[in-house]
Amino acid sequence: MAELEHVAPSELVHDVRRSSRVAGVSAAFRALTFLAVLAFLWGLWELWHWIGTRFKLTWPFPVNDVTMPHLHRIVEALFQPAQANGPWLLHVLFHASLFTAKEAALGFVLGAVGGFAIAVVLSQSRFLERGIIPYVVASQTIPLLAIAPMVVVGLGSKGIHDWLAVAVLAAYLTFFPVTINALRGLQSADPRAVELLRSYAAGRWRILWKLQAPSSLPYLFSAFRIAAPLSIVGAIISEPSASIQGGLGGAIVNFNQYYSIEPQELWATNVISALLGIAFFLAVVAAERVIVRRAPENVA
Amino acid sequence: MNEETAVVALSGVSKRFRGGTVALQGIDLEVRPREFVSLIGPSGCGKSTLLRVIGDLVPPTEGAVTVNGKPAGRARRDRDYGIVFQQAVLYDWRTVAKNIALPLEMLGWDRRRRKERVDEMLQLVELTGFADHHPWQLSGGMQQRVSIARALSFEPALLLMDEPFGALDEMTRERLNVELLRIWAETGSTVVFVTHSIPEAVFLSTRVVVMSARPGRIAQVIDVDLPQPRTNEVREEPRFFELVTEVREALARGGAEQATAQLIAEGEL
Repeated sequence: MAELEHVAPSELVHDVRRSSRVAGVSAAFRALTFLAVLAFLWGLWELWHWIGTRFKLTWPFPVNDVTMPHLHRIVEALFQPAQANGPWLLHVLFHASLFTAKEAALGFVLGAVGGFAIAVVLSQSRFLERGIIPYVVASQTIPLLAIAPMVVVGLGSKGIHDWLAVAVLAAYLTFFPVTINALRGLQSADPRAVELLRSYAAGRWRILWKLQAPSSLPYLFSAFRIAAPLSIVGAIISEPSASIQGGLGGAIVNFNQYYSIEPQELWATNVISALLGIAFFLAVVAAERVIVRRAPENVA
Repeated sequence: MNEETAVVALSGVSKRFRGGTVALQGIDLEVRPREFVSLIGPSGCGKSTLLRVIGDLVPPTEGAVTVNGKPAGRARRDRDYGIVFQQAVLYDWRTVAKNIALPLEMLGWDRRRRKERVDEMLQLVELTGFADHHPWQLSGGMQQRVSIARALSFEPALLLMDEPFGALDEMTRERLNVELLRIWAETGSTVVFVTHSIPEAVFLSTRVVVMSARPGRIAQVIDVDLPQPRTNEVREEPRFFELVTEVREALARGGAEQATAQLIAEGEL
């Protein structure tokens, strides 16, 4: 009896363990794809630069070394002093990145926790959801620049550090996708699974923690993937409002002023900002791999 | 049979859904300890609803439901029954062992006691060695066995099963039928089993309750006097075929009565 179904574990179709050789090959393939795309984009940039200067294009924008500095000039700029006798630009930007990363990381955590908490509250009643969601949406139509001074001054008057105010502003941007996705995720629980828990006399909180919260994880991580780079953007935009010089936002404001002379420094800062965003994104992806154990069809 | 001994007692149970659909009407039924009762009927006859009424997952509009001599709501809160659905409804983020342990966690059992019971259950449903697998790594039949193990893990006196093998292929279904009978005999539980397969109902049950559709009523109750314990050979005995025919005819009569009732209602007769 049941012998037919006794399949050895290794023969099961969906066995997740793959040999390390296969994993190695796929990693190499990924790296190659990345490099190929990078080379292609690099070529495209330089090609447009060449066409633009050769034929003196003025549409959609005039092409010259200020609007489109050579990419190698941007990379070179990283390894040259930003100021006479100062450290390399890369060194300066690395420290600025760490500072901004600190603000963004805290903002991300605040936004994720706060966003999830709001979703939990809203998931408890249709009335709350219908009543409050419009305000959640409205919150995102107010530009960060408009609320930044209030938050900085408000928190500053309580003796709270500027960088914490920046973290709060980054959280303001990140909580939104988390709330929206978490709410959908909490509501995605299989109704029969809810019946099952009710048959075990589970109350609202048991159902929330044993079923709805785990069901929401793939949705939550989709939101985190969006929220992670957003937290960097939020921190960068908010730094000038808090008069913070030491972060990437400060660096961007600073290099903006010298753009017509040394455009590559602003571009280099943008590259570093992008890399920081990618690093945050990858951190989320790595966390998701460890935390989310779902059937392949349920992973977002 | 008296009130004290009935595991499930339904009297005058009706269920009308919002929108006016009458799913159940005037259901009277008693299920005694260690019985295996199947509810069979055409689609939409309310058999699944009846199961949920017993489990206090759907409130009846009228009538009284007692489980183990208690009102159904009390019985649910006392965790007097285990339930198995057509789909296994396993949590895919939990391993097989942790799925089986879910009701035990709700009961507050400690880790060691949970592990012991899970091991026993895996043995009972012949899935030893699959404790650390995730549900998606198992076949449909294996998943359903996990779901049965979960329902039995806390030793409820009553097992409610809603077409548990309906989504499986015929061969797996017949094998799990035999397995279920073995588990039923070993655990001494009482089973209420919803199905729309006539041979399955006859093979498994001590009594078959034939229902008619719209509104769902009990058309006939047929005692199955096939000997216990049953093996697959039972399926080839003349008595088995007689009972299958009896159930089939009862179903057909239920359908005819229903058609007649409809004609009377429409003023044609």
